[in-house]
Amino acid sequence: MVPTSSRRPGASISPLRWLTRSSGSWLPPLLGTGGFLLLWQILSSAGVIALPAPSSLFTEERTRTLIFYPFYDRGGLDKGLFWQTMASLSRVAQGYTLAALVGIAVGITIGLKPTINRAFDPLFQFLRMVAPLAWVPIALVLFQNNQPAAIFVIFITAIWPILINTAEGVRQIPQDYRNVALVLQMSSRRFFTKVLIPSALPYIFTGLRISIGLAWLAIIAAEIVMPGTLGIGFFIWDAYQQNYVGEIVLGVIWIGAIGLVLDRLMAWLQTRISPGQ
Amino acid sequence: MSTLIQPAPMGAPASAAPPPGDAFLRFENVSKVYPTATGPYTVLDAIDMAVNQGEFMCVIGHSGCGKSTLLNMVSGFATPTEGQVILHGNRITKPGPDRMVVFQGYALLPWFTAYENVYLAVDSVKPDLPEREKKEITREHLAMVGLTEAAEKKILQLSGGMKQRVAIARALAIRPEVLILDEPFGALDAITKEELQEELLTIWNTQKCTVLMITHDIDEALFLADRLVMMTNGPAAKIGEIMDISFPRPRNREEIMEDPLYYDLRNQALDFLYSRFAHDDTAD
Ligand SMILES: Nc1ncnc2c1ncn2[C@@H]1O[C@H](COP(=O)(O)OP(=O)(O)OP(=O)(O)O)[C@@H](O)[C@H]1O
Ligand SMILES: [Mg+2]
Repeated sequence: MVPTSSRRPGASISPLRWLTRSSGSWLPPLLGTGGFLLLWQILSSAGVIALPAPSSLFTEERTRTLIFYPFYDRGGLDKGLFWQTMASLSRVAQGYTLAALVGIAVGITIGLKPTINRAFDPLFQFLRMVAPLAWVPIALVLFQNNQPAAIFVIFITAIWPILINTAEGVRQIPQDYRNVALVLQMSSRRFFTKVLIPSALPYIFTGLRISIGLAWLAIIAAEIVMPGTLGIGFFIWDAYQQNYVGEIVLGVIWIGAIGLVLDRLMAWLQTRISPGQ
Repeated sequence: MSTLIQPAPMGAPASAAPPPGDAFLRFENVSKVYPTATGPYTVLDAIDMAVNQGEFMCVIGHSGCGKSTLLNMVSGFATPTEGQVILHGNRITKPGPDRMVVFQGYALLPWFTAYENVYLAVDSVKPDLPEREKKEITREHLAMVGLTEAAEKKILQLSGGMKQRVAIARALAIRPEVLILDEPFGALDAITKEELQEELLTIWNTQKCTVLMITHDIDEALFLADRLVMMTNGPAAKIGEIMDISFPRPRNREEIMEDPLYYDLRNQALDFLYSRFAHDDTAD
């Protein structure tokens, strides 16, 4: 009844119109990132900051090779970013897996037993505040060996969110579910698989997601203790010591990007595995 | 109608009460005291009651008087501070599948389907039964509450009435001797409520387990119960009166509502709840 001059939504919209319409979602991040890079470019061209400009990552020989040939392999440590990343990722995977196993197991234990929780909670709260870098000398003293020390640093950085969230998830199991298990006199094994794990799973995943980011953040600290090994962390450290500032910047951007991908991956896994509650 | 009111507070009709010594289920001088910040708080005081096997008992009383506490001592989730609850001559000390509960909030596991919830109960209680039989029992009980179609749905996809049906199917599938329901239909609309009352009666007629059910609804109690336990107000609540509801079974809602006895009983209960033990009164 109301006269309308506008076309029906969805009916042949020109690409330009579509762009302007959806611009609300992509325009602000583009402007923000672009503006930041531009500012950086201007500041470093003008010599206000000592960092190389973003454009130099492509104009400089060393960083251009690294960007365009991630798979190159000239033996030894002279390898492309892909290989550096794979080496770091496998290290992170080991430390993180260990952290997940121990964190979930201990988290469940202290979640079920308030006394054990009270005994160890102050210790855990204290240890989780220790920075990854501070663990490096301790790890070296403990293990006398680079490889396990690096994995330990990742492990000890990543374990706390998993442990604390798992324990909270177990504590949050609704009394109703516990009562069902009690009245049915479920075996503890059955309670574990049918009630405890599904109920605590969203919490466990929250912990796992926070920790994957931390584990990746710890990689530089971990690889500083391993001079002469392949890895993105040592790559940056090495570039710093040889004063290749462009490589440092590239390495840092690369680490950020991988961290983002890992986080998205965990978020996706979370929505897939964790039952909708 | 005031002539129907029993003067004595423990005026349970002698005809229906079994001899207390060997009743199927009995409360012997049961008191429940909770320690609180302001000192011990007596919820229930020296309750004596006997329940026959296969009897359908409803419990009514004002909010907070201790109905849930009373039944929790049968399910084993609470233990009497004094006295004891005896089932089959054995003192009740902890929860067990012979006294299954339909919980106030359904307590179904949301990560499972309706079928899986019922199956989990059967499988937990009777793990040694052949697989085929456990599946059969599960399907049969879901069918009893009319959930064959919705069996594969996740709990979150079910309506309140359907959830309550699953909870009842789960409770009955393990063949308890005593079925305990804590205000099972309170949150449901009037039509669903009547449907479920009828389904519950039909199933109870085939299984003949003993039922203890808390309700706030006098009509519900009159339709379902053999006897209605009316509790006085807390603190230190007692059983004020136990009313015999002797309509023949199987019952038909319209028929019993035409019976003049229905209104006598209804008024008797109303008078108990709203005159003699009105909510504002502190029981003395
Ligand atoms: N764990 C506890 N500690 C202290 N007091 C409690 C505890 N559990 C229950 N109570 C008290 O005991 C009294 C009876 O509680 P109960 O849940 O049995 O009442 P109810 O008759 O079932 O009430 P409603 O009809 O509201 O469900 C209440 O006053 C309550 O506050
Ligand atoms: Mg209650």
